[in-house]
Amino acid sequence: MQDSNSIGIVSPQSTHFDAPLHLKSGAVIDSYELVYETYGELNAARSNAVLICHALSGNHHVAGFYDENPKSGGWWNNMIGAGKSIDTEKFFVIGVNNLGGCHGSTGPASINPRTGKSYGPDFPVVTVEDWVKTQARLADHLGIDQFAAIAGGSLGGMQAMQWTLDFPERVRHALVIAAAAKLTAQNIAFNDVARQAIITDPDYHGGDYYTHAVVPRRGLRLARMLGHITYLSDDAMAAKFGRELRNGALAFGFDVEFEIESYLRYQGDKFADQFDANTYLLMTKALDYFDPAHQHNNDLSAAFRAATASYLVLSFTTDWRFSPERSRAIVKALLDNELNVSYAEITSSHGHDSFLMEDRHYHKLVRAYMDNIVT
Amino acid sequence: MPSQQPVIEPRSFSLEARPDFAAIAAWVKPGAKVLDLGCGDGSLLYFLRNSRDIRGYGVEIDDSNVLACFNNGVNVIQSDLESGLQSFESDSFDYVVLSQTLQAVKHTEGIVKEMLRVSKEAIVSFPNFGYWKNRFQVMLGHMPVSETLPYQWFDTPNIHNCTLGDFEQFCCQHGARILERRIMSRSRQVTFLPNLFGMLAFYRFERQK
Repeated sequence: MQDSNSIGIVSPQSTHFDAPLHLKSGAVIDSYELVYETYGELNAARSNAVLICHALSGNHHVAGFYDENPKSGGWWNNMIGAGKSIDTEKFFVIGVNNLGGCHGSTGPASINPRTGKSYGPDFPVVTVEDWVKTQARLADHLGIDQFAAIAGGSLGGMQAMQWTLDFPERVRHALVIAAAAKLTAQNIAFNDVARQAIITDPDYHGGDYYTHAVVPRRGLRLARMLGHITYLSDDAMAAKFGRELRNGALAFGFDVEFEIESYLRYQGDKFADQFDANTYLLMTKALDYFDPAHQHNNDLSAAFRAATASYLVLSFTTDWRFSPERSRAIVKALLDNELNVSYAEITSSHGHDSFLMEDRHYHKLVRAYMDNIVT
Repeated sequence: MPSQQPVIEPRSFSLEARPDFAAIAAWVKPGAKVLDLGCGDGSLLYFLRNSRDIRGYGVEIDDSNVLACFNNGVNVIQSDLESGLQSFESDSFDYVVLSQTLQAVKHTEGIVKEMLRVSKEAIVSFPNFGYWKNRFQVMLGHMPVSETLPYQWFDTPNIHNCTLGDFEQFCCQHGARILERRIMSRSRQVTFLPNLFGMLAFYRFERQK
């Protein structure tokens, strides 16, 4: 742990919820478990809580370390900690693994109490709205009536936005980073190719691969490789890998030759070892379905009419999966409703992944915004 | 570990320190909705919020200014005002302000047109090129360098300088009706030969009905 401003060793907690959860799809989950982590102290007024919502492949381990291994760091460790942009000396920060996840919260790999077997393909499709509902129940459990802020990047930013629509009285600030108010057709297309890679893997077994003691590794690996390409920018890839060859010369075969191939295969393998394919399917569906304007005649401004929060919207210049244009559409809707909003377009070469990267200007902006939040 | 960020001192502006802010504030009705184009570090919006209880947004392109706005707790939208104000609906503001920026914009006509679209009234301030010290330097054969035009000709951001007369003619030709003007020399108002003795000009105008 070289990170001197880290909050050090953390450990996850877990809570069981018994009240049935009615999902947007109409399905009902009788009971479920949510795993979460907290950092910092909840103040006496309970007014300094910050919820961090995770993106497609994230989880509740947002900051700190599990042990001395530097690789056990949380996924937003560069942003959250003592004296960092989201300062755990000031805020009580909560990270939660979403329902349907594969890191401890109830998901497709969990045992369905009705059948005694893994949910597998029977796990219902969950939406951003459903997640917000479960997160609100977790807030109830933790005694938090109102969050000082809810923050997230990408799919996490969608949850932060949804919170301000569904529970306007329960969130004062929303940090919506590298997000969009809905996916484009191109974005849905990428997600479907990823899903098809998984579903057509012979080891998928209609989603019931747990009972066959296999995992659709090849499909999940391909899904991740495709995703990874879209999270980086052309320039970043060129700068990092160019046309470098691993062994210095062409081999005239189909094994790994270019560095980019090696990198993508490594990323795919790593991911396939630690992520559940059914969860991947669910998360991509939640992305595809998110569209708060839909029930308002596709008028995003109308969707935000009930909102009262203040917003920080951030985008990154080379993010083509959730481009600055998508963020500007959110800003427009907020302006139309005369809500407090600040928007910055951050120059970065890292594409969509920029929101996870260390960047001085980006982190200073978040820090300045968070410092002005009254707790 | 304590935050490494320096504590931001609450700003205070005396009318003496920023007579240009005071001149603009005098025209802004309390509680109004204000858009400040090229808002810099957000000082004017901060000042108007404290002195006039306004609700407002700034538009700014520069990264360090945007960060300064964040530090000042002022709403800011990072965007290039030269490319229009598409994020803002027509007639959505009481005032749109262009404070000492008019002379530095490229698309002057387009911006003034956009200002009159998004707001009921527009307030503009700019350095008067007709100020006698500027005229004197031109007469001596040099581009002017003065308190309000502090740049050398080769590194000035001020590409569209004008005099009071020029601006009033411009308004007349571009569908803007001038409601009020105030000409200043430092903190003093100038009424005698303003195009000669005025350093800074303030105009409040609206769309011609």
